[in-house]
Amino acid sequence: MRTKVLGILSLCLVGVILAGSGCKKAPPTPAPKPKAQTPAPATPATPVKPATEAKPAAEAAPIKVGAILAVTGGAANLGGPEAKTAEMFVENLNSAGGINGHKIQLIVKDSGSTPPQAISLAKQLIEEDKVLAIIGPSTSGETMAIKNICQEGKTILLSCAAAETIVNPVASYVFKTPQKDSDAARRIYQTMKDMGITKIGVVTSNDGFGVAGGKQLDALKGEYGITIAANEVYDAKETDLTGVLTKVKGAEVQAVVNWSIVPAQSLVAKNMKQIGFNVPLFQSHGFGNIKYVQAGGEAANGTIFPCGRLLVADVLAADHPQKKVLMDYKGGYEKQYKEDASTFGGHAYDALLLLTEALKKAGSADTDKVRDALENLKGVVGTGGIFNLSATDHNGLDQSAFEMLTVMDGKFAVYQKK
Amino acid sequence: MNLPQIVQYGLSGITVGSIYAIVAIGFNIIYCCTGIINFAQGEFLIVGAMTAISLSHVVPLPVAIAGAVAITTLLGGLIEIVFIRPVKNASVLRLVVVTIGLSIVIREAMLHLWDEKVRSLPYFTGSAVSTVTILGAHISPQVLWVLGVSTVIVTGLTLFLRFTLTGRAMRACADDRMAARLCGINDRWMVTLSFMLSAGIGALAGCVISPVTQTQYDMGAPLAIKGFTVAILGGLGNSMGAVAAGLLLGLLEALVTSQSSAYKEVVSIMVLLLILVFRPSGLFSRSDVSALRMA
Repeated sequence: MRTKVLGILSLCLVGVILAGSGCKKAPPTPAPKPKAQTPAPATPATPVKPATEAKPAAEAAPIKVGAILAVTGGAANLGGPEAKTAEMFVENLNSAGGINGHKIQLIVKDSGSTPPQAISLAKQLIEEDKVLAIIGPSTSGETMAIKNICQEGKTILLSCAAAETIVNPVASYVFKTPQKDSDAARRIYQTMKDMGITKIGVVTSNDGFGVAGGKQLDALKGEYGITIAANEVYDAKETDLTGVLTKVKGAEVQAVVNWSIVPAQSLVAKNMKQIGFNVPLFQSHGFGNIKYVQAGGEAANGTIFPCGRLLVADVLAADHPQKKVLMDYKGGYEKQYKEDASTFGGHAYDALLLLTEALKKAGSADTDKVRDALENLKGVVGTGGIFNLSATDHNGLDQSAFEMLTVMDGKFAVYQKK
Repeated sequence: MNLPQIVQYGLSGITVGSIYAIVAIGFNIIYCCTGIINFAQGEFLIVGAMTAISLSHVVPLPVAIAGAVAITTLLGGLIEIVFIRPVKNASVLRLVVVTIGLSIVIREAMLHLWDEKVRSLPYFTGSAVSTVTILGAHISPQVLWVLGVSTVIVTGLTLFLRFTLTGRAMRACADDRMAARLCGINDRWMVTLSFMLSAGIGALAGCVISPVTQTQYDMGAPLAIKGFTVAILGGLGNSMGAVAAGLLLGLLEALVTSQSSAYKEVVSIMVLLLILVFRPSGLFSRSDVSALRMA
């Protein structure tokens, strides 16, 4: 009798755990807050000057800008810095007099890293708050969930998420600021070509980021004369990858590309060293956080990966066009929040930068005029690169937005060909 | 496939297998004493590792690990006293559901205490890049630590349950709680003790594997599924069986990986389903015996 109960019970449990594992990165969040948090910040720790408060009636009405960011939940390491950056940006802008005489009123909403929450927040911002534009969301899944809502609601969306599908195919009101996956893959392949590497192994995680990256690597290999001799997919939560890497090692490759986020990124580096697999390891642009390097310890040394220049802003040549904007952002952020600036916050900075540039150019806060202006922005220097947008390119960054970085003695450094 | 490669797959299988086995043993201790499956077992590992990582910033590594094991042991006891003991009309099913709830609570608490970042303890010997060569294959010295600690735990546990009075009392509770009580065994404290013991072993396991696997707040559940599979495969309550089953599953996974790594999880979940349907008593126990025991 107990055997039977145990059996049935266990089956149910496995079902529950498996079903739960899909969304376990995103802890449950409370139902959408009925009231907009205007203009209070989403992060309690943030000291906000009353800069965004309504000023005397003589002043022009503020321009409302919404932000849907993953301040809590699984993607909190993205959304946290993004929300802080957005608040800092708007605060600075308003204290300098705003745009065209208008202040910006920023409405930050926490999506809890879940697409359903992002959907209800987007509807709220569009229908109730009637915002001009929405900054975010932080992740690709959330962005794809609200892409059509913004398009149909004729509200500009400036996403802080990476996936190429956000702007390809182009939706007229949807833009994104992070660099493209395909450009990251191109930079990796170009570097390999320069090193004389032709035969590689690819390992990717089985989540959205890994799958998208794997596709790009596969699509572009021919262009650079690269052969993928071993292509392995592993579970994103894997705790030991020596088996997978043994297989790749057996294919006698000259280099390995890993496309995943934590914790596997550090694990690949460790496991390769452990099984004595000493070929160069390339990682995706998702590796750009010093915490991941620390998790990989000594094994992370020598990893080569493409990344925006924020991480190496200090060592950038003084005449580099991005030097000033990077140092200003990094300095401002680190001074205000007492934590390291990350590329993610940079994406939110760029989103607001593009929006304000477009507002200046359009000379009005009419949605369609601003949208047209956005599409025609050229040479805007942001933290992610130099943006040249067009009707067919709603990202505006190219390969030059990436710098190849490496890890030396536990620190990031610009990669130099030996 | 040449010899070093085969050995390498084998070692990879043994590494993950011994990790699974050590989780399965935690399941077994509580099962032995109470008949329930503690689904918060995976969380004990992570709590232990996280505590050790935090402590290792202020005290030397061995002290940090000892401290983490002690703290998690107390936590295990506390959880039993607060959440398991007061359950009225405690059926096995009800208690198992309580442990599932506990695992969610512990996981969320860890998210708040330690955030979502991945951490790891330093390597006990050597570093992330040191390797030991065996027959042309390479493994991390930490893997030897994992194997060594699993062996010590299994041996120690078997000796404890067979030859000490307390150990025997625990087994008596598992066999027939009423009879045990009639013999003057304080069965309630035996249950508490079993939770403490499995939490402590879990914490030690979590610390030993942390340098290799790294530690993140939500890693407990996947580990628990594998540990559970192994516990069932080896026969619930059978520690030696768990070790054999762990190594078996690890090697099976390595074999699948050598063909196509994408199917690894599919295979291990299939094993779990098949064993639950066809041989719930495990591979190593005779079904008539366990039917008698469970009746």
